[in-house]
Order: sequence, then C-alpha cells, then structure tokens
Amino acid sequence: MSVPVVAALAACGSSGPSSSTASGTAGAAGGGASYWYLTGQPGEGIRKGAVDRFNAANPSSQIAQTAFQNDAYKTKIKTALGAGQAPTIIWGWGGGGLKSWVDASQVEDLTSWFGENADVKSKLFPSSFGAATVGGKIYAMPVETVQPIVLYYNKSVFEKVGVQPPTSWDDIMALVPKFNAAGIAPFSLGGQSRWTNMMWLEFLFDRIGGPEVFQAAFEGKKDAWSNPDAITALTKVQDLVKADGFIKGFSSITADSNADQALLYTGKAAMMLHGSWTYGSMKSDGGDFVKGGHLGWMNFPPVAGGKGDPSNTVGNPGQYLSISAKATDAEKEVAKKFFKTGVLDDTEVKAWIDSGSIPIVNGSDSKIAGSADAEFLKFIYGVASGAKTFAQSWDQALQPAAAETLLDNISKLFQLSITPEQFATNLNAVTNS
Amino acid sequence: MTIASVGTVKPASSGTATNIHGRSLGWLAVPALVFFIAFGVIPLIGVLLLSFTTWDGIGQVIPSGLTSWKATLSNPGLPHAMWVTFQVAVLSWLFQTPMSILLGVFLAGAQKYRAFLAVLYFIPLLLSSAAIAITFKALLDPNFGLGTGLGLPFLSQDWLGEPTLALGVVVFVVSWQYIPFHSLIYQGAVRQIPTSMYEAAQIDGAGRIRQFFSITLPQLKNTIITSSTLMVVGSLTFFDLIYVLTAGGPGDATRVLALDMYKTGFQANLMGQASAIGVILVLVGLGLALLFRRLGGGDKTSSQLEGA
Repeated sequence: MSVPVVAALAACGSSGPSSSTASGTAGAAGGGASYWYLTGQPGEGIRKGAVDRFNAANPSSQIAQTAFQNDAYKTKIKTALGAGQAPTIIWGWGGGGLKSWVDASQVEDLTSWFGENADVKSKLFPSSFGAATVGGKIYAMPVETVQPIVLYYNKSVFEKVGVQPPTSWDDIMALVPKFNAAGIAPFSLGGQSRWTNMMWLEFLFDRIGGPEVFQAAFEGKKDAWSNPDAITALTKVQDLVKADGFIKGFSSITADSNADQALLYTGKAAMMLHGSWTYGSMKSDGGDFVKGGHLGWMNFPPVAGGKGDPSNTVGNPGQYLSISAKATDAEKEVAKKFFKTGVLDDTEVKAWIDSGSIPIVNGSDSKIAGSADAEFLKFIYGVASGAKTFAQSWDQALQPAAAETLLDNISKLFQLSITPEQFATNLNAVTNS
Repeated sequence: MTIASVGTVKPASSGTATNIHGRSLGWLAVPALVFFIAFGVIPLIGVLLLSFTTWDGIGQVIPSGLTSWKATLSNPGLPHAMWVTFQVAVLSWLFQTPMSILLGVFLAGAQKYRAFLAVLYFIPLLLSSAAIAITFKALLDPNFGLGTGLGLPFLSQDWLGEPTLALGVVVFVVSWQYIPFHSLIYQGAVRQIPTSMYEAAQIDGAGRIRQFFSITLPQLKNTIITSSTLMVVGSLTFFDLIYVLTAGGPGDATRVLALDMYKTGFQANLMGQASAIGVILVLVGLGLALLFRRLGGGDKTSSQLEGA
C-alpha cells in the first residue's frame, strides 16, 4: 500500500534495466533477459528445461528464470508490473488479464513480429491466438498446452454401485441419489478455490443456451446475465447442490492442494469436473488409479432441449508469454529469440506429451501414438480440435474487477445464500457497459 | 501496525521525560520517530491520497475525486465486512480474556510444573500464522481430517464450509494463537501484586476465590485494558491467518475488513477503493484505541499498588 516506495521503485525501473536478477546471474554476459513462470510439476520442469537448453545453446543471450506458486504469482506479477519491475518475459493466461496489461501499455505489441515470423505463427493452433489478441493486435505468444475441462469418473466406483456413466444432465441428476445411497459423494469439488465451481456454470450456460449467452455478458450487453437460459443454468446448478450432488464440505476444499483429485482417486467421490491438467497429477499421485485404467473421462454431457453444441468445450486454449514494454531492447531481442528457437522445440513438445498434455503445436497428434497415455491424449486432441467453440475460462476472459465479483457470487450461489436472480443482478451491475 | 506505533511513540514524544540534571531526553525518541514517520505516517498519507484516485495497480494513477469513496461506501460488501470484523473482535475478546487471565494467574505461581506448562502454552506464539492456518485446515478437512483419522464422526463437520462454523473456527484459531501472549502479560502483572495484600486478606479470612475477585482482578485493571486494546485493535488487522484458513469464505462469511481491502486492491485491481477501505480501517483502529484509553481513566500512569 506504500505509495512512495512504489513510486521510488518505478523510478528505478524506468531509468535502468528493469531486470536486476539477470545482471546478477553468473554467465549472463551480453544481453540477459528474465522470465517468471509457475511452479508445479510437470510443467515447472518442462519450462525450466526449455530455458536451460536455450541458455546452453546461446552463451551470449541468457535468460534468468524464477518460478512462483500459482495464486502468489497472480498478485506478484501485478505488483511488479505496477512498479516497473516486471521480468522481460511474462507468463500469463491471456484474455482479460492480458487486456489490463495492454491498457496500461505494459506489454509489447507482437503483431508485426508474428508477421515477420510467419512460420512461428503457423506452427501453433489457430484457436490459441484468440486469447492473445486485444483489439485486433497480438500481444502474447501462445505456448504450452491446450487444456479443456473434462468430466472425469472413477470406473471402479461405477462398477461397485452398478451404474453407467451419464450421457445427459438428467442422467447426472438420476445418478446423484444412487451414489449418495451407497455412501459415495457423486461429485468431488474444491469449492474454496471458486473457479472450480465456475467450470460447472461455464458448461451449463453453454449446453443450455449456447456460447452466445456468456459472449453477450462478456461484450457488456445490458442485462446479459438475466437471459432466461442463464437463469435456467444457475437454477440447475443449485438443484445439484440441493440434491447433495457435491461432496460434503466442498466449500472448504481447495484445488491448490489437489484434495479434490484425491477424493476421486480414493473412491470417496465418483465424478469430478476439472481441467485436463489434473490427469498428470492424478497419474503421479493416485498410485495405480490412472495406470490401472480406473480413470474414465468424457466431454460434459448435453442438457435436454439445450441449444449448445455438445462438442463445445471451455478451458484454457493455451498459455501465454508476453514481453514487458519496459525491458531494454537487448532484453527484448533475447526474449524474441527464445520465442523463435526455444519455445516449444521438439524436446519440449515431447515432454508435454509424456506428461499427458497436448501441446498447441499443429500435428502433435502424430506424436501421441507411442505415448503411455495415448488414449487420453487422443481424446483431448479430439475435443480441442473438434470443438465448435472453445471458450476461454470466464475468470480469465473477464477484466479483473468483474472476474472477482463473478467468483465471489459463484461461491455464494453454491452456498445457496443468493438466488439465481440475485446472482444475475449482481453480475449485470459489473459487466453492463 | 500503524496503530500500534502510535501507542509506542506517544508517551516518548510528549517530551515530559527529564533526567536528574533537568535536561530534556526527548531526543531519545528520534530513532523511533524516524521509523514511525517513514513506515507509518508517509504510507498513510499515500493511502489517503490514493483513495481519491482511480488506479488499477498497473497503469496510470488517475485523480478522480470522490469516485472511489462513493463506490466503496455504496458497496454492500463494506458494512458486511465491518460486521464480520466486529464479530471476530468481540468474540475473540470474550474468549481470550477470561482464558488468558486464568492461565496467567495459574502460571504466576512459583511451582516447577507450572514453569514447565508455561513453556508448552507458549509454543503457539512461536509458530507463523500461515503454518497454523495450514495445519488447522488439514486437521479440519471434512474428508481427510482429524475426524476421519481418529474415527470420530462428530469431528467431521463442515468446519470451514458452513458460515457460522467457519466464523467460530476463525475465532478459535485466532484465540489459540494469541492466548499465550496475553497469558504472559497477565502472568507478569499478577507477579507484581504485592504478597502483603494476600497475606492481609488471609488474616481477614478471605478464601482463594474471594482473593481472586477482590484483589487479583482489581489489581489487573490496567493490564486488562492494555491487553484488550491489543486484542481488539489487533483483530482489525487479522489477515494472514484468515486468508490461508478460509480465504474469506465460504462466500463472504469470514471476509474481514483487512481481507476485503486486499481482495479489492490486489484481486479486483481497484487500488483506489482498497485505499479507501484502508483509511476506514485506520480510523476505526484509532477510534478504538482512544476509547480504550478513556476506559482506563484519565491518568494511566497512576499506580494501583496503593497500600503496599
């Protein structure tokens, strides 16, 4: 909160190289850039590997790297940008967060660079560029993997209870009492993290009203959240809460600790709606669960009478690297060289596939065949490439202030402390333009 | 933090302290004053100025008059956060004060086993708030926590997912952390009570309970005020523990003012409004601190040890 200190730091940032870490790193002769990204395996190791290979291949242009835990990073990067202390290469989620950086002129416009380096652009999934584009210009390089949200289920539990995986929303509602009677929670949910609850709304909005419903809210159309389809979706999710569809105590479970995944692989819960990235952690933490073939998966089932295409999905169309506008020209050059030669090289592509993810590189499906997770990877590739609409996660798409209100109201909706109509009113107030 | 500093600086800067040669010792306050101004007053002025601007924490700071204040004061989240803060302050005071006094009186005895117990009671104070919060969170997990571990179903409540329970848990954990500190204050205070008073009471035939209520408690009056000030004003700034334990949830059931300020500033990127909440926090804290000084009577330095 201390303003003078921030101002002082900002002054340092504009007068000298913004990256103090790079100059302090041994071997950073010539131009040195800095790069901040997220911790958490397997991604952290893969990110580090790419930088280490780049540094080894380019003795004259080094990248100093620092890794942060997910939620801490979100705050840290914001503060650093405000203080002019951002790293040269900024890891991000694209969408509304990226737009707030662009509005503050903190990140480089990469449109012309992509024009000069058409091969870099054509290498990547076209769908991944949507969240990197603000006002028709590209401000970030899409990297890493495509991460749709998947409905996972525990096959052993389904066998034990003697039921079949759901093929519609009505199936889901019919399964709930059966699992509860067997003493198993129908759905695992890390509700304290809030965005976990949001994934349910994202799918219900889409399946019931199609992607247009949220799109209207995103564009700031008046009373977009009061759309009858939106109210139906909000009501349906509360029906599921009231029917004890989610595990007892879901409001106090966090996704950061992976406790929600543990509930699924220990058989305390039968199903879980979660990002495709959880496959890798369930594989490493769940013992025999994934390797023994006990994990099942599917795209979110349709809702009877709904307008949304059942092939639609939501999630992260990619991750994003931006270049700080405050970096020196030498630092920017190193960053661009890294984007061109270091990011998503063959070794990195293979590493992502081995970890159970689909990198956003065209033709990566041809490399799936030999993988131990070929079945899951084929499914993800199919969902990602076959989706009529691949919507970005709401909290990433919206501007930070609106996203915070959204998450807040979602957690109240799941607490049943507000009605769908109140939810709509509260959200209309922040997204109406 | 700022409020605590006010308390420490005020007596020194009032400049009445003189040494035996009559020279003023006011200059001794200079180091404290420098730190207080650098880390207390200047940021405070900065926050006050920021509250009249619109700033997303990244881009330009745009002066916008009363816009941020209007948005903050018309937000229904503010009275709710104040109410939660009030509840936490009052409930944790009600829970901590009797416990601390009893423990303090108990630990004031000279017996060896009491000294040993004092060491054990002191441990929570040595742990960081984040560590305490993570530990309690794991213990209270409804599916993998203490209830499941010990096979005691009544411990498997939805401790942090039920609004009323979550508030109770926050008060309990906060108290668990700070009772050792306040016990220590009371222990010291009880040891200062002259034994002659108890001896006289014994001759008059007063029992232990009568002695506690007629001698110990009245003699602790100033200590109670000091400890209560620290508790209540301190409870305004509870952040780390609640942030890790419940993140203000479920919904906004445990969203205290400090947490509201953080979320507004650093998650919703509304630094102007967050600064306005910060200013409100400071004002409430100052008001409470003054109130407690009043409660202590006019002359705080007067001794309670008459007749000793």
